[in-house]
Amino acid sequence: MTTTYDFEDTPSNYDDVQRQGGQDAVYDPNFVPDSVKSFVVHMYRHIREKNVYEIHQMCETSFQTLSERLFKDTPWPSVEAIAPYVDNDHVFCLLYREMWFRHLYARLSPTLKQRIDSYDNYCSLFQVVLHGVVNMQLPNQWLWDMVDEFVYQFQSFCQYRAKMKNKTEQEIALLKQNDKAWNVYGVLNFLQALVEKSTIIQILEQEKEGLEQFTATDGYDYSGGSNVLKVLGYFSMVGLLRVHCLLGDYHTGLKWLQPIDITQQGVYTSVIGCHIATIYHYGFANLMLRRYVDAVREFNKILLYIYKTKQYHQKSPQYEQLLKKNEQMYALLAVCLSLCPQTKLVDESVNSQLREKYGEKMMRMQRCDDEAFGIYDELFSYACPKFITPSAPSFEEPLVNYNQDAYRLQLKMFLYEVKQQQLLSGVRTFLKVYSAISIDKLSNYMEVDEPTLRTILLTYKHKTHSVGSDGKVISNADIDFYINNDMIYVVESKPAKRYGDFFLRQIAKLEGVINDMDRIKLE
Amino acid sequence: MGKEMESPKEQSSYTVEQLVAVNPFNPEILPDLENYVNEQVTSQTYSLDANLCLLRLYQFEPERMNTHVVARILIKALMAMPAPDFSLCLFLIPERVQMEEQFKSLIVLSHYLETGRFQQFWDEAAKNRFEQAIQAYATHLLSLSYQKVPRSVLSEAVNMDGASLDKFIEHQVTNSGWIVEKEDGSIVLPQNEFNHPELKKNTGENVPLEHIARIFPILG
Repeated sequence: MTTTYDFEDTPSNYDDVQRQGGQDAVYDPNFVPDSVKSFVVHMYRHIREKNVYEIHQMCETSFQTLSERLFKDTPWPSVEAIAPYVDNDHVFCLLYREMWFRHLYARLSPTLKQRIDSYDNYCSLFQVVLHGVVNMQLPNQWLWDMVDEFVYQFQSFCQYRAKMKNKTEQEIALLKQNDKAWNVYGVLNFLQALVEKSTIIQILEQEKEGLEQFTATDGYDYSGGSNVLKVLGYFSMVGLLRVHCLLGDYHTGLKWLQPIDITQQGVYTSVIGCHIATIYHYGFANLMLRRYVDAVREFNKILLYIYKTKQYHQKSPQYEQLLKKNEQMYALLAVCLSLCPQTKLVDESVNSQLREKYGEKMMRMQRCDDEAFGIYDELFSYACPKFITPSAPSFEEPLVNYNQDAYRLQLKMFLYEVKQQQLLSGVRTFLKVYSAISIDKLSNYMEVDEPTLRTILLTYKHKTHSVGSDGKVISNADIDFYINNDMIYVVESKPAKRYGDFFLRQIAKLEGVINDMDRIKLE
Repeated sequence: MGKEMESPKEQSSYTVEQLVAVNPFNPEILPDLENYVNEQVTSQTYSLDANLCLLRLYQFEPERMNTHVVARILIKALMAMPAPDFSLCLFLIPERVQMEEQFKSLIVLSHYLETGRFQQFWDEAAKNRFEQAIQAYATHLLSLSYQKVPRSVLSEAVNMDGASLDKFIEHQVTNSGWIVEKEDGSIVLPQNEFNHPELKKNTGENVPLEHIARIFPILG
C-alpha cells in the first residue's frame, strides 16, 4: 500500500488537513498506537483460533471505538506498519486492508488511486477465497459487510467516473491506464464466481430435502471447516440482485434471488443489513415489474420487523443506514399503495406510520393530476437505488457529466407507467359507488365517449392483473368488475378470514403462559 | 479475474440458453446472442432471458449496440403481452437510443396495447408481423373483462371483419369454448375467475403443514 496519496479537491480529504498543518490530525501511516497494536494482535489470534464471537465483537465494537477515538478523520495505520505484529500473514493483511478501505470510504473521500487499490485488494481477497485455501470462520456480519461494501464501492466508482467534467489530467490518465478497475464484467464475474464455487444454490436445494445443513447453523461450519466461501456465495446472490437493480434489469436480479426463500427466516435474516437490503431491492424490483401486491406484502413485513426491533440496533454502526432504508421503504410503500390500493395487506402499526409520513401525499398521488406526478417523482427519486451507467466513459472533448443519465431513464419509465394509469383512479371512484352501471351512463359521468370508456376499462383490467414469474395471471385489484355486453357489474373482493394463523399464534402463546406458570414455585 | 471463454470448438457445443445461464457476463457471447435474436424471429420462438442478457451487454459496451437487433428484441417483447417484457427491455435501452424513429413508433404501439386501444394499434402496426400474438393478447384482455362481448368490440380488438371474423370466431368456438348468442351475435366468453367472480378460488385458508408442525411439540 502506498504512503503517498493523490489529492482531490474535496475538503474532507485528510491530505488537505496535513498540508494545513495546524490540525492535530497529522497522518503518519507508519505510526501504530498501542491500542491498534493490541487490536491487530488479538484479532489475528481470534481468527486463527476461530473465535467467531470475539471476532464479531472486535469488528463491531472495538474497531468502531478506536476509529471514533483515534481515527475520526484519518485512515488507520498502513498495512505495512501493522504486518510485523501479525507474522506478515498474507490473508490477515488482505482482511485488514478491507477494513482499512471501508473505514476510509465511510469517513473520508477516497482518491482515484485509493479506489483502484481497494478494487485490487478485493480481487486478491476473493481469489484467495475462491481457491478454497481459506480455513477461517468469520462472523456473518463481516462477510455481509464485504459483499455489501464491494457493491457499494462499485456503485460509488461508477458515479465518480461518470463525472468527467472536472477531472484533472492525472485522473484521466489514471482512469485510462486502469480500465480493469471496477470494470462491470469483473465485478459481476466475481460475484457469480463466488456463487458458483460455493455451490450455494445446490446446498440450499439439498437442504430442503434434509441432505445438507446450512440455514440451521446460520451458515457456520461446526465440523472443523470454513464458512467463508459458502456464506460469501450466499450473500453474493443478494449482491447480484443489487447490481442488477442498479443496472435496471429487475427481472434477472430477482432470478438471482430465487434460491433464497424470503417467506422464511434464513441466513439472510441473520444480519439485519442483509435482511433490509434483500427486501428493499426485492420490493423495488417488483414495483418496477408492476407486481405491486408482492412489493407491498414484503415491505409491510420488513417495516413491521424494523419497527419492533430497531431499538436493539441503536449502538450498531449500521443504525443510520437502517433508518435511511426504513424511510425509503415507507416512501416506496406509499407509491405502491397509491398505484394499487389495498386495504388488508398492511399491518396497523405500519399503516399508522405510513399515514403519518405520507398520508397527505398519498391522497394527492391518487388524484392523478399534474401535482400527483410531482409527488410520484419526488418519492421515487428519494427512495430509488443509485442507478449507474456501467460502460467506460468517453474521453473525447467536451467532457460531460453523465452520472444522472441512468437515474433519469428509470424515473422517466416509471412516470410513463404512472401516466398510463392516470385515468384508473377515476374509474375506481365510480366502481366503489355502484354495484352495476351501464357503459352509457358511466361514459357520461366520466365525460368520455363509449369506445374510450371501453378502452379505459380494458386498461384497468390490464394494469390490475399482473403476470407472475410463473406466467400466471394474478389480480391486484381491490375493486374489480366484469362486463356483460353493455352493463358493468362491480365485484368487491372480499379477503378471506384467516383463522388458521390466529389459532396457531394463540396456541403457542397459551403454551408459553402455562410454562411460565409451571415455573412459579408457591411458598 | 473474469472468466475466460472456451475455444470456439467447445463453445459451439453449448446452446445459447446454456451460455446465458452459465456465462452471462462475458462479452464474447454477444454475437451468439445477436444470432439468437434472428433465430427467434424466424422460428417464432422467444427467450426473454437471452434478450435481456444481450441488452445488458449492449449497456456495458454501447459501441457494439446494433439498433436493428434491439428493434427486433422489442418487437418480440411486444408480442409477449400481457407480460411486461417490453418495459423490461426499455429499462435497459439508453434514452437517446429510444428517441430514434423506429423505437419511438414501437413505444407508441406499446402504449396503445397497454391502454387497450386496439383500433389505434391496428391502424399503426405492420399487421402481418403482429397478428397472431396481439390477437391472443386482445382475446386474453377481453376474457378478463367481459362475460359477454358485443361483436363490434371484438372485431375492433382483433382487427377482423366479415368473413374472416366469422372464421376466427368459429375457430375459437371449437377450441376455446366460445359461444355465439343467436339474437345479437355477441360472444359469450369462457368462464374464468376474472370475469366470473363467483369462481374466484378462496385463497384464504391454506395453512402450510410446516406451520402446523411447529406446534406439534405443544400438542404432543
